[in-house]
Amino acid sequence: MIELAHHILDIGENSLRAGAKNILIEVKEDETNGFLVMEITDDGYGMTEKELKRALDPFYTTKKVRSVGLGLPMLAEAAERTGGSFHLESKPGKGTKVTARMGLKHLDRQPLGDVGGALTALIIASPTTRFIYRHISGKGAFEMDTEKIEKEVEGLPLNEPEILNFIREYVNSHVKELSPEV
Amino acid sequence: MAKLTIEDLKKIKERVMAETSLREGQKRVKVTVHMGTCGIASGAKEVLDALMREIEESGATDIMVTTSGCMGLCSREPLVTVEIAGQEPIKYEYMNPNKMRQVFKRHILAGEIQTPFVLARGAEKTK
Ligand SMILES: Nc1ncnc2c1ncn2[C@@H]1O[C@H](COP(=O)(O)OP(=O)(O)OP(=O)(O)O)[C@@H](O)[C@H]1O
Ligand SMILES: [Mg+2]
Repeated sequence: MIELAHHILDIGENSLRAGAKNILIEVKEDETNGFLVMEITDDGYGMTEKELKRALDPFYTTKKVRSVGLGLPMLAEAAERTGGSFHLESKPGKGTKVTARMGLKHLDRQPLGDVGGALTALIIASPTTRFIYRHISGKGAFEMDTEKIEKEVEGLPLNEPEILNFIREYVNSHVKELSPEV
Repeated sequence: MAKLTIEDLKKIKERVMAETSLREGQKRVKVTVHMGTCGIASGAKEVLDALMREIEESGATDIMVTTSGCMGLCSREPLVTVEIAGQEPIKYEYMNPNKMRQVFKRHILAGEIQTPFVLARGAEKTK
């Protein structure tokens, strides 16, 4: 994956496949400790302890169309490559939390990239799921909540191209201000 | 890039509401971009971005965009399916932003199937 935004889209798709109704995506720039933390929390059907143990194995997938599952191992590898760490937490019936800690200044860290585009792609995939994107840096905080956007547009579906294009630019313009170099 | 605010959304809302009331119901075209890890890694998100920008620039309001999961055809990704109402679906393979823009202008807007990129015609089950 070229950008962290690609991982956000990919991990978010796992959550959607697990039937999540609420997905929280957080990106925290921790300059003091030199980390960039990406955390995705969902309320999907979760994984049993046995499934959780296998989730990082590239030859494990519950998809029916093929025999490899690469999303989680790729993110784990991307985090470890930058001197960071990867953590997976899940409870059946409760949900799943994926945490990737990356070296903020490490040369191998992928740029954050088009987060707004990743979010719109997720909204297109599931317009009725509630997505919250939270971004925190030394400069301040930003939050985009699709439930608030929905209220604002009074019943228009969020997957109208004009609304999606707004969401993409809304998120990207705020993220750029908070993290111009990330 | 100027920072957008919720105020900007209010203007968009008025416009979209006016358009939706004119259009009444069904959209003319449905475009599906196939995602999944291998699709994303091979550029499916950039194909989707290009499509969204073309729709925005053209001002078209009769196009619906969706995504779907991996179909197991990882080596031919990114894949895009175009369904025009009343016609059989056309599946395009090895897409990129340039090919997407071409398919948008020539097929979606002008009705000419872009044969060199076609993988398959007709419906099939995907998951
Ligand atoms: N948020 C989640 N909730 C429940 N199960 C999950 C979640 N994320 C991953 N899993 C389980 O872990 C498996 C491996 O996930 P991973 O993303 O690595 O591969 P995949 O989604 O199966 O395929 P790919 O990502 O390559 O398209 C999934 O098939 C699924 O069973
Ligand atoms: Mg996956």
